[in-house]
Amino acid sequence: MSMSEAAAAMLLLLGCLFYLAGTVGLLRFPDVHARLHALTKADNVGLMLVCAALALLSGSLRVAALLGLIWLLGLLAATVSAHLIARHARRHPEAHR
Amino acid sequence: MNALLTGAALFLLINLVAGLVRVLKGPTRADRMLAALLFGSTTVAVLLILAELQGMAALRDVALLFVLLAAILGVAFVGLPEAHPEDPE
Repeated sequence: MSMSEAAAAMLLLLGCLFYLAGTVGLLRFPDVHARLHALTKADNVGLMLVCAALALLSGSLRVAALLGLIWLLGLLAATVSAHLIARHARRHPEAHR
Repeated sequence: MNALLTGAALFLLINLVAGLVRVLKGPTRADRMLAALLFGSTTVAVLLILAELQGMAALRDVALLFVLLAAILGVAFVGLPEAHPEDPE
């Protein structure tokens, strides 16, 4: 196993750990806002680490750029959705205890 | 390396299935939307891993499309008409 493969394996495992943290937060935290907090941040760090690992493995600049673009768009999607859902939950507390 | 990639993809799929528990339990529509957010980010990671594993570059484009649709999902949820009745408990 070469140096870059070892680094990619480390990044991949670390990314899976962050995904696990996000899922555990989604299942265990008490209300909508806490769950949003756990899910969106942890999952996007996980996505970044997985993207970095795959970019290292692919060894191609084009693929690495595409993975970076996917990660940035994922960040954008998560932040926009998280803010919209949190605002919706705050404005309609009757539906969200 | 391939075994590790396969393991990671399987692990992320198990995460997805665990997220379904939140869809079942609710209790509100916003909670169910959170599971949809989880699906957005996790499915993208699974697709990217499969693209590397099987050498299918097209799956990366699928992931790109998926992440774009995930951005629209939250907006669509908030844009639901207010008169829409809350789902039965």
